[in-house]
Amino acid sequence: MSARSWQRKGVGRKADSLFAIMAALSGVLILLVLAYMVISTTATALPVFGSQGISFIAGSEWSPSNGQFGILAFIYGTVVTSVIALVIAVPLSLGVSLFLTEYSPRRLRGIIGYAVDLLAAVPSVIYGLWGVFILLPLFLQPTADFLSDNLGFIPIFKGPASGLSYFGAGVILAIMITPIITSLCREVFDTVPNADRQAAYALGATKWEMIRQAVLPRGRAGVVGATMLGLGRALGETIAVALLIGSSVKVDTSVLSPGYSMAAVIANQFQEATGDHIRALVGIGVVLFGLTIIINMGARALVWRFNRV
Amino acid sequence: MDRWAGSRIVPGVCLRECKPARRRVWRNRRNTTLVLLAVGLTLIPVIMILYQITARGIATMDWEFLTSSMPFSFRREGGGFLNGLVGTAIMVGLASAISIPLGILAAVYIVEYGKRNWLAKLIRFFSDVMAGVPSVFVGLFVYTALVIQFGFGALMGAASLAIIMLPIIVRSTEEMLKLVPHELKDASYALGAAKWQTIMRVILPSAAPGISTGVMLAVGRAAGETAPLILTALGSYQLTAKLWGAPMSSLTLAIFDGARNPFAAGQARAWAGALELLIIVLVFTVVARVVASRSRISR
Repeated sequence: MSARSWQRKGVGRKADSLFAIMAALSGVLILLVLAYMVISTTATALPVFGSQGISFIAGSEWSPSNGQFGILAFIYGTVVTSVIALVIAVPLSLGVSLFLTEYSPRRLRGIIGYAVDLLAAVPSVIYGLWGVFILLPLFLQPTADFLSDNLGFIPIFKGPASGLSYFGAGVILAIMITPIITSLCREVFDTVPNADRQAAYALGATKWEMIRQAVLPRGRAGVVGATMLGLGRALGETIAVALLIGSSVKVDTSVLSPGYSMAAVIANQFQEATGDHIRALVGIGVVLFGLTIIINMGARALVWRFNRV
Repeated sequence: MDRWAGSRIVPGVCLRECKPARRRVWRNRRNTTLVLLAVGLTLIPVIMILYQITARGIATMDWEFLTSSMPFSFRREGGGFLNGLVGTAIMVGLASAISIPLGILAAVYIVEYGKRNWLAKLIRFFSDVMAGVPSVFVGLFVYTALVIQFGFGALMGAASLAIIMLPIIVRSTEEMLKLVPHELKDASYALGAAKWQTIMRVILPSAAPGISTGVMLAVGRAAGETAPLILTALGSYQLTAKLWGAPMSSLTLAIFDGARNPFAAGQARAWAGALELLIIVLVFTVVARVVASRSRISR
């Protein structure tokens, strides 16, 4: 059918507005789904929010059989594992992205960039499987033992040491978010004009001095934004953490002891939960959602500000 | 010897404060080493994961694994993840059927119709927000909205995967539509085409390679999701093609169960399943990249 045959029948104009309406509706649907997401989950969790009050987020007593739902231990676990992940992943990502933009020869850049992107594509259940059966005996447990033996006098490294712990989950999270932070940092460093680099060299800077004074200052906002996006991902990561965190409901200052995270408790307990227990798990989801939304919006604001400059 | 360090030093010229040149050279070398160390540390897990998943997966991977379903006990050897593979295919297929047209249309609205009005900005902003929602929360949402009423099943799993795919498709399509040159649109309008004809016949086809890249990345992401499916499809030992009313398995759910159980036979199946899943996900990711690089050349 040619355009003319449509116009002759007078279909063209109607089709045009129909198409416009369809497109607008698809867009509006996204807004509706998101709104309904918040409403539906909050409504389901509301009875538990009501019966627990502030102790839902401030209490660490979690015993579904007694109707007590305090999720502080899970919030604590989520925050601690994410912080461990960032402490490991941010320096690594900075190193890799600086290597890719400043150091790497052209050929190597493609290969290493590809390998890092590959890490980002690996599903989290595979990280979990690999973490439990390979990384745990090979690296996590020995490292945890080493830390508690030699640095055990520091409260965060107090024994007894377990590889299935905040530390273990943090390490696997670090491996998972490194490619995300790396690719964003790389984009940021790529936007630094070459003239700036050459100016630094012309003043006699070494390579590192050039990076510190020409590349890093320009990328600061972008790097912080990338870190926060990585944090947003780490907070919500479920399966790999569920397999590696040790599944123990308590607040422990030692990162080498087993704990629990918000997302992990949802995945692990959902299948045997009933009634208020399920509502409480949904409530954990609502709190987690709120936390990630705040972090992500902050990150977007930073990245946007950076893009506009 | 070290062509990165030291070669660019001009003695006596400093940026901020004058320090002995030797110290600056040393610091430069140290930081070069640290950067290389970071690259090495990041590459170790890539190599380990690829190698170990392949090595351990191949040990159990055979024709029987690909063509039969799980035995009812983790202890028993043999059997495979056919139930999971079929479940993944059905749910990702359904999710694609929902999210691809919706996502592309929403992006068309943002770029071609909304221009700079508040609704387009709102949709764009909230699709970004949606991309940051933890996948386990999407699962909880579908549980409260659909599963409580209609029970676990493939359709519910597909709904959660569609919600996860949607923002990825919207954002990538949007980027691609912005790149379509104005001359093409003008030429189409000059020939008397209506706006929707221009979109369907000129704009979308010329952005197609880029759009399909985003779509494939979204499919790869959906195929690897586990957490939302625990809450919506639940998982099952049996091979089923029922879209609702019965729980359905997926490759990821089967691997997760295998990783959590203490029996060697179940774990061996999990490794083979991981290899199967990794191949599927990587094929989508690699093809997406190839398509993307091709389209960049032609542009």
